[in-house]
Amino acid sequence: CYMCACRCGVRVHLKDGRIRYIEGNPDHPVNHGVLCAKGSAGIMNQYSPARLTKPLLRAGPRGAGMFREIEWEEALGIAAGWLGEVRARDPKRLAFFTGRDQSQSFTGWWAKQFGTPNFAAHGGFCSVNMAAAGLYTLGGSFWEFGEPDWERTKYLLMFGVAEDHDSNPIKMGLAKLKQRGAKFVSVNPVKTGYSAIADEWIGIRPGTDGLFVMALIHALLEADRLDLDFLARYTNASWLVIQEPGAPDHGLFVRDAEGRPLAWDRARDAPMDASTAGMQPRIVGEARLADGRRALPVFHLLAERFMDGRHAPEAVAERCGVPAATIRRIARELAETAFDQAITLDQPWTDTHGRRHATMLGRPVAMHAMRGVSAHSNGFHTCRAIHLLQMLLGAVDTPGSWRYKSPYPRPIPPGPPPCGKGAKQLAMLSGMALGNPRGPEDLLVEKDGTPIRIDKAFSWDAPLAAHGMMHTLIANAHAGDPYEIEVLFLYMANMAWNSAMNPGEAARMLTDRDAATGEYRIPRVIYSDAFASEMVAHADLVLPDTTYFERWDAISLLDRPIGSAEGPADAIRQPVLIPDRDVRPFQDVLIELGARLRLPGFVNEDGGATYRDYADYIVNHQRRPGIGPLAGFRGPAGEEAGVGAPNPRQLDAYIANGCFWSYHLPPEQHYYKHANAAYLDQAKRMGFTDSTAQIVLQLYSEPLQKFRLAAEGHGPVQPPEQMRARIRRYFDPLPIWYPPMEQEAIEQAAYPLHAITQRPPAMYHSWHSQNAWLRQIHSRNHLFMNRRTGMALGLADGDWVWVISRSGRVKARLKLMEGVNPDTVWTWNAIGKRAGAWSLAPDAPEARQGFLLNHVISEFLPGRDGARQANADPVTGQAAWYDLRVRVERAAGAEQTEPRPPALRGPAGLRGRLRVLRYDARTPSEVR
Amino acid sequence: MKPALSVVFFTTVSGAGWGMLFWLGVLDAASFLPDGRWFGPVAVGVAMALASAGLLASTRHLGRPERAWRALSQWRSSWLSREGVAALAAYLPAIGFAAAWLQVGPFAPLTRALGLLGAVVGCATVVCTAMIYRCLTPVRQWHNGFVLPTYLLLAAYSGAACLSASAAFWQPGPTRLAASLAAFAGIAGAACKRAYWRFIDRGHAASTIESATGLGTLGAVRMLEAPHTEENYLMREMGFRIARKHAGKLRRVTFLLGFAAPVMLLAIGAALGGIVGQVILPLAALCVLAGLYVERWLFFAQATHTVTLYYGRPD
Amino acid sequence: MTRIPQPQPGQKKLGLVIDLDTCVGCHACAVNCKEWNTSGHPGPLTDFDPYQRKPQGVWLNRVHTYEAGTGQDSRTVHFPRSCLHCEEPPCVSVCPTGASYKRAEDGIVLVNEEICIGCQLCAWACPYGARELDEDQGVMKKCTLCIDRIYNENLPESARVPACVATCPASARHFGDLGDPDSAVSRLVADRGGFDLMPEMGTKPVNKYLPPRRRQPASTAAETEAPVPASGVLRWIDRVLSR
Ligand SMILES: Nc1nc2c(c(=O)[nH]1)N[C@H]1C(S)=C(S)[C@@H](COP(=O)(O)OP(=O)(O)OC[C@H]3O[C@@H](n4cnc5c(=O)[nH]c(N)nc54)[C@H](O)[C@@H]3O)O[C@H]1N2
Ligand SMILES: Nc1nc2c(c(=O)[nH]1)N[C@H]1C(S)=C(S)[C@@H](COP(=O)(O)OP(=O)(O)OC[C@H]3O[C@@H](n4cnc5c(=O)[nH]c(N)nc54)[C@H](O)[C@@H]3O)O[C@H]1N2
Ligand code: SF4
Ligand code: SF4
Ligand code: SF4
Ligand code: SF4
Ligand code: SF4
Ligand SMILES: [Mo]
Repeated sequence: CYMCACRCGVRVHLKDGRIRYIEGNPDHPVNHGVLCAKGSAGIMNQYSPARLTKPLLRAGPRGAGMFREIEWEEALGIAAGWLGEVRARDPKRLAFFTGRDQSQSFTGWWAKQFGTPNFAAHGGFCSVNMAAAGLYTLGGSFWEFGEPDWERTKYLLMFGVAEDHDSNPIKMGLAKLKQRGAKFVSVNPVKTGYSAIADEWIGIRPGTDGLFVMALIHALLEADRLDLDFLARYTNASWLVIQEPGAPDHGLFVRDAEGRPLAWDRARDAPMDASTAGMQPRIVGEARLADGRRALPVFHLLAERFMDGRHAPEAVAERCGVPAATIRRIARELAETAFDQAITLDQPWTDTHGRRHATMLGRPVAMHAMRGVSAHSNGFHTCRAIHLLQMLLGAVDTPGSWRYKSPYPRPIPPGPPPCGKGAKQLAMLSGMALGNPRGPEDLLVEKDGTPIRIDKAFSWDAPLAAHGMMHTLIANAHAGDPYEIEVLFLYMANMAWNSAMNPGEAARMLTDRDAATGEYRIPRVIYSDAFASEMVAHADLVLPDTTYFERWDAISLLDRPIGSAEGPADAIRQPVLIPDRDVRPFQDVLIELGARLRLPGFVNEDGGATYRDYADYIVNHQRRPGIGPLAGFRGPAGEEAGVGAPNPRQLDAYIANGCFWSYHLPPEQHYYKHANAAYLDQAKRMGFTDSTAQIVLQLYSEPLQKFRLAAEGHGPVQPPEQMRARIRRYFDPLPIWYPPMEQEAIEQAAYPLHAITQRPPAMYHSWHSQNAWLRQIHSRNHLFMNRRTGMALGLADGDWVWVISRSGRVKARLKLMEGVNPDTVWTWNAIGKRAGAWSLAPDAPEARQGFLLNHVISEFLPGRDGARQANADPVTGQAAWYDLRVRVERAAGAEQTEPRPPALRGPAGLRGRLRVLRYDARTPSEVR
Repeated sequence: MKPALSVVFFTTVSGAGWGMLFWLGVLDAASFLPDGRWFGPVAVGVAMALASAGLLASTRHLGRPERAWRALSQWRSSWLSREGVAALAAYLPAIGFAAAWLQVGPFAPLTRALGLLGAVVGCATVVCTAMIYRCLTPVRQWHNGFVLPTYLLLAAYSGAACLSASAAFWQPGPTRLAASLAAFAGIAGAACKRAYWRFIDRGHAASTIESATGLGTLGAVRMLEAPHTEENYLMREMGFRIARKHAGKLRRVTFLLGFAAPVMLLAIGAALGGIVGQVILPLAALCVLAGLYVERWLFFAQATHTVTLYYGRPD
Repeated sequence: MTRIPQPQPGQKKLGLVIDLDTCVGCHACAVNCKEWNTSGHPGPLTDFDPYQRKPQGVWLNRVHTYEAGTGQDSRTVHFPRSCLHCEEPPCVSVCPTGASYKRAEDGIVLVNEEICIGCQLCAWACPYGARELDEDQGVMKKCTLCIDRIYNENLPESARVPACVATCPASARHFGDLGDPDSAVSRLVADRGGFDLMPEMGTKPVNKYLPPRRRQPASTAAETEAPVPASGVLRWIDRVLSR
């Protein structure tokens, strides 16, 4: 299924070439047969009148939606021409961004071969905070790389989740908890969806989860309810940290000659290699090193910070909107569950020191968090704080706790670093554009600190922007900051609408011309979409894609893997319908362009194309010897898993196996993967990691300290003057909390309310308004507000109101409710549409009554001292959608939303809209 | 409930027809009809024309009118089916009555017998119509003891009014009788209707959003979100509402146009008789039909259905 | 004639049990129902103005969201609504054509679209809004309990359940014989206090709803925690740990 990124397995039943029924595949590791509302509505995507039908060339001003239908030959010629020029002159002037891409390992590789550092997918405006915080702390993360132990958890603490990518697995998991009577606590300003069925709802004030979690940590420290053995064994709690303020190595780990971190051994009363088996590390108390320097164990620093009174529940209750007693009770419940209700599995296993353990100890407390935490400018540290809480309870990859999904965990800090320095004509990059910096020297900045990437990812603006910063792309490209780009090449990202902070601005910048030359500021825009979205209207060349029933896809371990804690898995999609339109799979198009541009890897010595098409690439491409897009059925006979020579019959093998491959780890490898010798060996054999060394969980993050040291004037690569204070403040090696940045920068009294959005379970972002069934569920959206708040403002159900932020106002219909934090308003995400888009009638409720909250979000923070700072997390560059503050006032006038940008004219070639839709696979009706 | 014009028209006009048939039979038995050679056939014609017009209109409310005949099959269980059967059955005595009138004379035993039979069947048809609504438990404005008597009285009222209008062209005596019967039925009907309005205004539904959802134990229940954001069949059909003020206005119209005015006209017309009567009494009959049309429209418009509880609409 | 079968003792009563305690309101059941049935027994389930101003269509299952109670302890409850296959179905007794009928063998209430005249009386008679007129086809449509799945020999045993049940990600929908007191569904109803919708209507619904579980009252009494020893962080100084 491709109706969202959960990637459930489906079987498509056809009747006379038309879809009779899309059935969840009962054997599939992701969904075990269930389908959500979106997946069940796949038929209506396939027969949607919004499907693009032919390549389009702009035939009018950009943004008006006037196009000329052209042949593929011409389209590919034009694209290859534009791209060829850029590559010959300066590859980085191509910005290739791929949105909700499920083939990112391929598109990223294409960018690398092209030679531009300016590649990213949607992660930057999505949940990079979760990914980065997790990977730098645990070597795995909430964001798709881990999951609660649904079978054994007795207590689930969930932060800020409405749907998540694991849409169905989470629902199935919650059902399991309910059946077992486990406790489920949801921390969320809004009580809908998952929160509605939670045993306890904590209606927290947006942006304050960090305070809440640190108060839990405070209470646990106070009560000395900690798993110190876990901390000593599996985390860097005992590692010694140099305490020499001002010194270039202050705050770094004390290391031996081989660079191995040291801890203080109680037995020998001396520092020694912290990884030594059986040593007795001290976790508190100052240590004097041979050279006389002072050092403190990580845990000492941590305990000092969080035992401080300012983290006491009583001190934060007010700001969180959660009573101190509740915070203390939750802390108590967590401890009781983790320690008094611990689980022991009679499952022997061997740790990385070769020690055999007869049983597996489980701390049945699981946590999960997503965009409620990550979509704030303090999300990175908040997520780190949650991981600390997990570690203090010894609840990482143990029975009943949060678990890594294989192929995770990965070594910490994660590698490799991002690539992009010294991009030059006609040359490919030495590595993938996106990566994980280990310190300042890995940043993508020029000597003077100017960013190398157009989105300023991996610059001092956002050093750990591991997923890029798609949300700054258009603004920077328009401003020519740090440089002009020539071709903007986008794939499945509705950047002119719901993924733009401030779509009005995005559209303006996309259509803005240089006063002098009359040329567009962003000279060329190539876009691939499958439907007539808002973005299509803002492109010069449109490459129409197929639907997911009409192409090959690989859900690859090299990308964002499916699979579970019990074993890795990957999957394919196979075409079941032949397109009835002149469209091509985007991946095939990229391969064709790669060949036309003679990109290394896309052409052989003889100059012929290396890959016939994407299916050919899926089977025969090798990223490293033996490692390709699909891990299953490798080797000439398809008997090898993970690593093995390409298997010409691999796709058949997948199809025979229900289009997926899943590997079942033996029970011995199910837990403690970060220190499980058997698992790590296996992972190495399968090519998931290069090292079998224990992955030590990082309470204290040294890479962050390295950036801080740079800000303090140490090392070769240092931030520009105006950035020093910012870097010093936000690069704290231990978690910190600060108010969401927008709030610090504005007059709070003027904007007393927090404004957030939620994923509607039956809609995927913007792309389901063209779906005849799903749109009936959400044709318009309301602004939800707490009833008492509304009454205090003199507002009533159904009133039309202005939602006013520092950057603009949008008109919406009000709905009062009980289950929402009193200082928070919210709405369903991406329901409002631009008139004329998605081949809806121009007077559709989506365009008239539905509204898009993005209109009042700004991609930049209020300009401080001229510097233009992205409205994002200062560590990772994650877009801070939910920092938004607003006030709400009654609106007069027509009962319609505003702003209402002029109606788009539907691109050429679209099928007409039916008035009566009688879909029945048995009787050919007027559904074409 | 949505006042489908076809149904409103049907119950009003057919009602008058059956009422008229009823009086023809009863008064013939009591030899209180004009004995003009053509009176019988003409009067029966008028009655059956009214009934037929209504029946035809009612098929327009069907999704599959061409299958209407199937509605006759379930007379053992369905009041709607019974109504259909009774309605068709009424044509036989009616036609027979007219024929006998011509052949064996107005007040011959056979004519009286057929007349009485027609009266019974006509009356039965109205009972069936009333019972269709009376039986719908989800609609409290229909599921009550007032519905049956009201339907009967108003059929008798409009029927008698039409009869007096027809008789006016023959003999004053019977005309006066018919007119006064109409007046009495009208007054009774008005009283009954008033009691009904009181009843529905005072009473409230046995069902609540709490009993509909079973969530009452958790506290007061409100709908947060409807299943679909735009209106659907259920709400268009079952969710029709009119403002209290508007309803009040229409009730006054019903009273004046449907009862007060006609009763006066009936009195005057019957008193003066002759040409004046021949003008005023038909006018009175038209008044009655128009007034009852509004009354019947209200009967639907003010009816609330339990399904609306699921949509957070209190009764 | 549409006489309602006299319930025999031990009579088979197929129906659904819907768990309001786990329903997350995802609409999967409603859409999957539409998907299966639009090409199934009652299909097509027509949609009107699907891309225009007033999109609407025939759905056999619709998911509402309610709030019960006020303030912090208010509860948000998602509430799927479909035919309850009543034991005393008014929709059947009012039907003039016999198109509406209740099956003696399993109690499923169905519409025979071949003879339905679209008079809508059954829709008026159903207190629950479980019947929808297909204004294009001119006939009445309703939940069939997926008879073309549950008795479908072409489907594997495990798939012979209603589409909405098979697809529900939260396992909030259960299908079975409520006439058999020992069936899984009957036991669920007994254990969880399953209830009828609008019992006062006397329709004796076969489908049952399971109430949201009571939440354990959150103790608000502020506990006085063990005061931190003066030693502060150093309290752990003598803790012997091993790597
Ligand atoms: N206010 C607010 N804004 C948000 C968010 C929020 O929570 N609140 N969430 C943010 C997040 S996390 C994300 S990920 C973004 C997502 O926002 P986007 O990724 O920009 O938008 P989508 O609606 O997911 O769809 C992108 C485009 O993909 C196209 N598409 C669909 N299927 C195909 C296909 O098969 N092939 C091709 N080529 N194109 C296809 C769709 O037609 C659509 O135009 O939104 C962000 N914006
Ligand atoms: N049906 C459906 N599924 C989807 C998507 C979709 O569009 N539709 N989008 C997919 C994508 S791209 C993504 S990124 C994921 C995102 O999956 P989610 O993380 O579930 O995304 P959101 O809907 O943004 O959920 C944010 C939740 O956090 C809450 N929240 C907001 N601010 C705070 C806060 O400060 N603290 C806390 N504790 N909670 C807060 C909101 O009320 C909301 O419930 O979903 C994916 N799955
Ligand atoms: S969660 Fe729903 S939409 Fe997403 S893949 Fe699974 S079935 Fe498809
Ligand atoms: S599918 Fe299940 S969880 Fe979703 S709405 Fe239906 S019953 Fe509720
Ligand atoms: S729920 Fe309605 S339609 Fe279904 S059996 Fe009961 S009365 Fe009939
Ligand atoms: S609509 Fe069809 S099923 Fe319903 S009562 Fe009329 S004939 Fe019977
Ligand atoms: S049982 Fe079948 S028809 Fe009835 S609601 Fe479920 S899916 Fe729809
Ligand atoms: Mo996302």
